[in-house]
Amino acid sequence: MKTTLPVGIIGYGACVPRPRVRTAAIAAAWGRTGAARPPVAEKSVPWLDEDTATMSIEAARNALARAARAVDPPKAATLVEDLRAVWVGTESKPYAVKPTSTIVAEAIGAVPWVSAADFEFACKAGSEAMQAACAYVGSGMAPLAMAIGVDAAQGKPGDHLEMTAAAGGAAFLFGAAGEAIAVVEASFSHVGDTPDFFRRQHLHYPEHGHRFTGEPSYFTHSLAASRRLLESLGRSAADYAYAVFHQPNPRFPRKVAKELGFGDRQVAPASVVDRIGNTYSGSSLLGLAAVLDVARPGDRIFFCSYGSGAGSDAMSLVATPRLPRARDAAPSVADYIARRLPIDDYGQYLRLADGVRRL
Amino acid sequence: MELPRFHRLRRAYYRLEGTACRACGAIAFPPRPACAACRSADISPHLLSGRGRLYSFTRVAQPPRGFASMAPYAVGMVRLEEGPLVTAQLADSEGEDLAIGMPMEMVTRKIRDACENGLIVYGYKFRPVIRPDGSPSGALDPRPDTRVSDTRPGTSAPGTEP
Amino acid sequence: MRKVDVIGIGQTDVREHWARSLRDLAVEAVEAARRDAGVERVDAIFIGNMAASSLCGQANLASLVADACGLLPVEAVTVEAACASGGAAVRAAYLAVAGGAADRALAVGVEKMTDLLTDGVTSALATAADADYEAAHGASFVALNALLMRRYMHEHHVRREDFAPLAVLSHQNALDNPRALYRQPMTADDYARSPLVADPIGVLDSAGIADGAAAVVLSATAPERRSKRPPVRISGSASATDTLALADRRDPLHWTAVGHAAGAACRMAGLRPKDLDLFELHDAFTIVTALTLEACGFADRGTALKLAAEGRLARDGDLPICTLGGLKGRGHPVGASGVYQVVEVVQQLRREAGKAQVKDARVGLAQSVGGSGSVAVAHVLQI
Repeated sequence: MKTTLPVGIIGYGACVPRPRVRTAAIAAAWGRTGAARPPVAEKSVPWLDEDTATMSIEAARNALARAARAVDPPKAATLVEDLRAVWVGTESKPYAVKPTSTIVAEAIGAVPWVSAADFEFACKAGSEAMQAACAYVGSGMAPLAMAIGVDAAQGKPGDHLEMTAAAGGAAFLFGAAGEAIAVVEASFSHVGDTPDFFRRQHLHYPEHGHRFTGEPSYFTHSLAASRRLLESLGRSAADYAYAVFHQPNPRFPRKVAKELGFGDRQVAPASVVDRIGNTYSGSSLLGLAAVLDVARPGDRIFFCSYGSGAGSDAMSLVATPRLPRARDAAPSVADYIARRLPIDDYGQYLRLADGVRRL
Repeated sequence: MELPRFHRLRRAYYRLEGTACRACGAIAFPPRPACAACRSADISPHLLSGRGRLYSFTRVAQPPRGFASMAPYAVGMVRLEEGPLVTAQLADSEGEDLAIGMPMEMVTRKIRDACENGLIVYGYKFRPVIRPDGSPSGALDPRPDTRVSDTRPGTSAPGTEP
Repeated sequence: MRKVDVIGIGQTDVREHWARSLRDLAVEAVEAARRDAGVERVDAIFIGNMAASSLCGQANLASLVADACGLLPVEAVTVEAACASGGAAVRAAYLAVAGGAADRALAVGVEKMTDLLTDGVTSALATAADADYEAAHGASFVALNALLMRRYMHEHHVRREDFAPLAVLSHQNALDNPRALYRQPMTADDYARSPLVADPIGVLDSAGIADGAAAVVLSATAPERRSKRPPVRISGSASATDTLALADRRDPLHWTAVGHAAGAACRMAGLRPKDLDLFELHDAFTIVTALTLEACGFADRGTALKLAAEGRLARDGDLPICTLGGLKGRGHPVGASGVYQVVEVVQQLRREAGKAQVKDARVGLAQSVGGSGSVAVAHVLQI
């Protein structure tokens, strides 16, 4: 899929909360100390005063800060006035009914002439919003549109997903390719109705299909979307400097990357899961932000998200000369990862997790 | 819960929008209907930057009603770079050494327990700036097992007068 | 303006009065004041109360007090100025008599604080702060004063322990006041070890929650009237305001309302600050005592604590404060405190303070403060 008008990312911003729960403490609480090593050493959780809305606001502000440096000076002052959409993709909405996006739009001053809605597609809600933002701009409907993917994920106590369900995400401001820090070349979405992971509204925690979440779900959709995009562009993995995949754990993205021909050097810079766990709708977007933190002008970036339910959004991007000057306007993903508040106590983790659920 | 009240406050609460006096240039937060300095009513909305320095702080052990979920929390006063002083909770300060004079930045967070009907109240808080020296961003450490240093107590920002 | 005397005083003990209601307390204080004055009827009642609406679910205290005291159909109204409500009620009564609207007026301060749990009381008191820009952010009253105390310590290079003598003094003085809430001595060591409520404010820096009522009967001066007690003249009365929110002050450590009110009351009485024999100040927190002494000109900025350390604020010092315990020792039923202060000055001037007596007390200042220095009411009394 290509847009009529060329489109790109004008600004990007991340947000990862400070508290980091050591997964060894979770394992010990459930008497699993003898078992295999946890997939990640620690995972990020929101503090008592954070949620999807607050993290989205911070990521959006960071994206606007970078955009202000990326665009030509006169435009920097009118960015927010030209913004016509603020969309938040998440599976941890603070309100079941009431958009998170309006809170964000109000907080960044984008109201009132703006579309706002929350997207849900499990972990690919954020990249769905990215697709829609590309279309809004690429069709000429809007000069700027913002897509955000953030989650404050909840794992059922005792379930193995409790060891990886984490919090954080990123925001991307889309606009005309001529002012972008990374141009969007093309994208594809691949979707099928797949019950690999889901949650009913009246239940607090999601259910998942264990091994069914792998080959028939994550790999089927990620591979299909990625291959279709590469074919349509006449490219192979070797043409890309970086590759970003959805990161539910450290193994899956590396495995799918390998199947597509990407090497560790292309994938490692995007690997946030190793450090902070699976941020769900924020996962592939944080990976993309981490890549933009280091990419050089001309670098091609391959992106393929995955969301249970299920489907993938694949996108091909190229970094531009505007990227280096915009980058330092906001903290990097590495900055966020580095600022930690270690939580070694399962009881305190429960208090924080309860806070997200109930407050 | 007072839906109209918090709705009226949203611009001040979410974005730190105050007022500027067109007659004498004084900037105020919270927003005022007339200038405190020159009494002129010729005022316009003014977005404050959110940057400032910590003027004072305390940690509240016995919270008033409506703040039990956040306890214990820190409250402070911040001298904003435009001049006004603002009272707010201090975010991201667990395990941090706070010091009068340290540079702070505004963030939007939940400021109290959810109301009985579930309404969430978001508002401004201040936290120690993430990158006070504006150093360049870095790459993620490629070796996943590498520990980075904790932000542990014992490191406080140099104290200068706010 | 006519001259106004205090011709009768009354007060309840300050306690957690589990068995007594707001009504009971008000009636006890009023009855005592009327007996002391030797009068049955008054022309107007001014009730000082801050938070009965929240604490007792009861507003309209005007009718409640007039009815309960058997004084219908007397004119009555509640006066509210946060923690200065009692002082404000005395001033309203003073103005009514001085201006000729009443020949005799009653000011009664009453507060019943123990019917709610602590978090409810804290919330009610927080209404004295800025609702949208202080209370809504969880900046409790204690937190606001803690911010001041820490800033004061930073600017003037003093430590928390340097505030101990103020707390010790209040408790020491309260030992000799049978009405006082706290009748145990307190040492600097107790102070240092007291749990922190909002650092650096500890439990022993702050006035406790309690119930109480105090009343005064004011009368236009009538030299020919026979009275049991010598009348005490109100020779100065003034009130002043400052910003509601602490952050809106030009300098949060400079309490201008407190300075203006005390200064104006003293000028009206034709006195200089050093003419005072005692000062019943609003010691809700030790930091408030320090800021009050400096704002009123009794100490230069940053040096108030030295006065305490040097013993100059003790009953035998040159500026006795909180002679019967103050808010900290006697207790602080918020809307009543301002009237307790006036009652205590009168006791001192009449030589009725027993073991707490300040020698040769002839003129005293009582000052009540609302919010974090946002409103101040001061009275000078002399015999």
